[in-house]
Amino acid sequence: MSSIQEIQQEIIEEFEMFDDWMQRYEYMIELGKSLPLIDDKYKTDEYIIKGCQSKVWVHADFNEGNIEFTADSDAIITKGIIAILIRSFSNQPPQAILDADTSFIDKIGLKEHLSPTRANGLVSMIKQIKLYAVAYQAKAES
Amino acid sequence: MATASTTSTFDVLRIREDFPILNRKVNGQPLVYFDNAATSQTPQQVIDVIVDYYSNYNANIHRGVHALSQEATDAYEQARIKLQKHFNIPQAYQTLFTSGTTHGINIVASGFSEILKAGDEIIVSALEHHSNIVPWQMLCEKTGAVLKVIPMTDSGELDMNAFDALLSAQTKLVFVNHVSNALGTVNPIEEIIAKTHQVGGAVLVDGAQASPHIKADVQALDVDFYVVSGHKMCGPTGVGMLYGKEAWLEKLPPYQGGGEMIDQVTFEKTTYAGLPHKFEAGTPNICGGIAFGAAIDYMNAIGFDAIAAYEHELLVYATQQLLEIEDLRIYGESKDKTAVISFNVGSIHPYDIGTILDKLGVAVRTGHHCAQPIMDFYKIPGTVRASFSFYNTKEEIDVFVAAVKKAVSMLG
Repeated sequence: MSSIQEIQQEIIEEFEMFDDWMQRYEYMIELGKSLPLIDDKYKTDEYIIKGCQSKVWVHADFNEGNIEFTADSDAIITKGIIAILIRSFSNQPPQAILDADTSFIDKIGLKEHLSPTRANGLVSMIKQIKLYAVAYQAKAES
Repeated sequence: MATASTTSTFDVLRIREDFPILNRKVNGQPLVYFDNAATSQTPQQVIDVIVDYYSNYNANIHRGVHALSQEATDAYEQARIKLQKHFNIPQAYQTLFTSGTTHGINIVASGFSEILKAGDEIIVSALEHHSNIVPWQMLCEKTGAVLKVIPMTDSGELDMNAFDALLSAQTKLVFVNHVSNALGTVNPIEEIIAKTHQVGGAVLVDGAQASPHIKADVQALDVDFYVVSGHKMCGPTGVGMLYGKEAWLEKLPPYQGGGEMIDQVTFEKTTYAGLPHKFEAGTPNICGGIAFGAAIDYMNAIGFDAIAAYEHELLVYATQQLLEIEDLRIYGESKDKTAVISFNVGSIHPYDIGTILDKLGVAVRTGHHCAQPIMDFYKIPGTVRASFSFYNTKEEIDVFVAAVKKAVSMLG
C-alpha cells in the first residue's frame, strides 16, 4: 500500500496534466461525484461539521491498524476536495495521519478552499481527521 | 452586444470612473461586483475626504480648544446635518452616529430592556437579518416579554393578515426591515407603522438595505426609530445612524458609560449629557462620520430617483436573462423589490455556483445571507444572491449570466 506522501505526489502529478483552472475544477467535480457516499446512518448531526457555506459529514472506522474515512458534503466542489483528502488520508495508520500535512493542496492550486474564511467545513474536517487519528492512536496504545 | 444597450439616459460609464476598484481584475478577469447588498463600493470623492481628514485635520472632537479639534468637530457636526437633512429628521440631535445598523438596533433593544415588563409583546418579521432577531430574543429573556413573528408568504412578502392578528394592546415594539437583505422585498412599513401606532406600540425600522435605493423621510413615515449603515451607501464601514423620535430618545436610558455621554460626574451621582451625546459615549468614528456625510452628498448629486429607476432597469434585465436558464428559481417575487436577485439552479448547491462565478471574476454572495429563517421556510441551504448598484451595467449582467450558464454546465 502506498504511503500518504506517495499518494499526495500522485495527486500532484495528476493535476499537473491540466492546463487551466477550469479543467482542474471539472476533474474535482468528477471526483466529487465518484466519492463513495457515507453510509446514511452516519449522515446525522452527530457526524456533521457545519460550515457557514456547506455541510460536511465525516465518519471513521478502525480496521487492522488503519483508519478508514468516509465523508460527504452537500456541495459538489467541497465533495471533490473531500475525495482528494480521503484518498490521501484513508486506510492509513494513525501515526502516519498525524505526521502528514495538507500542503499538497496548495501545490494543486486549491489552497483557497482550505481557507477558514471560506467557511465550507473543510478546515474543520481536517481537524476532525487528525482528532480521529489521535483517538485511535491512544486506543491502540492502551 | 445589441441586447445590452442601455436604454436610460443614466450616464453609468461616467459614474464608473468615480470608483477606482471597478478597474481591478479578479482571477485574471475584470471584476463584476454584484455583492452590493453586503457592502457598496466607495467613490473617489469619499476616499478623498478620508485622506484629507487624516492628512489635514485629524483630532479628537468636542473637547479641544485648538484649531484641528475645532475643524474636526465642525466637519463631524456638518456631516450629522447632512444625514439629518437626507432623512428629513426634525433636529440634528435626533441624528445619532452609531457604528452601524446592528449597533443602532442594540441601543434601542437595550433601552427597551428598562421599559418592557413580563407579558409585553415584541413583533419581528420573518424576513429579518440575524442581527435583527438576536437582540430581541435576548431582550425577551431578560424582561419576560414575548417575541412574535410575522410569517412570510411563498413570494417572499410579509403576511399582513397575520400581522393584523398579532397586534394587540400588549404590542410594545414592532421591528421590521424596510427591505429584506436576502430577497430584496420592500416591506409595507407605512401600513405597519400606522397600525402599530393605533395599538400604542413603537416601530423600529432597519433601513440598511433600503437606504442605498430609497430616500426615507422619517417624518412622513412617522417611524419611531430608523437605523442605517454607512457602508451600504458608498460610505466607509464602522459608521451608521440611529434616528429616534425625541420623546423616545429622552425616555431611553444611555447605552454605554464613558466620555462625552456625561454632564457632571461626582462620586455620588452622574448626570447625563443631552442628546445626541447621551448615546455617543467615547471617541466616535470621526473620519467615518465625515465620510458618511460625503457619501450621502455623492449619492444625492446623482439623485435617488435616477438611481432607483436605473437599478430597476438592471433588475428587470437580469431577471429576464436569468429566467431563460433551465430550472432556475428566483426567491422573492414581490412586485416591489430592490435590485436583488436571490436564486438557485435545480439542486446545485449555491456554494458551488458562487465558487465558479468567483473564478470567472463575478462577486456574488452565497449562503443563507444571515437570514436562516427564510432559508428554512423555502427548505434550501441558501441561495446565490446577486445585488446590483447604480454603477453596474447591463454588459456586466451579460458576463454574469454567461458565468452562471458556464457554472451550471460544469456542475449540472
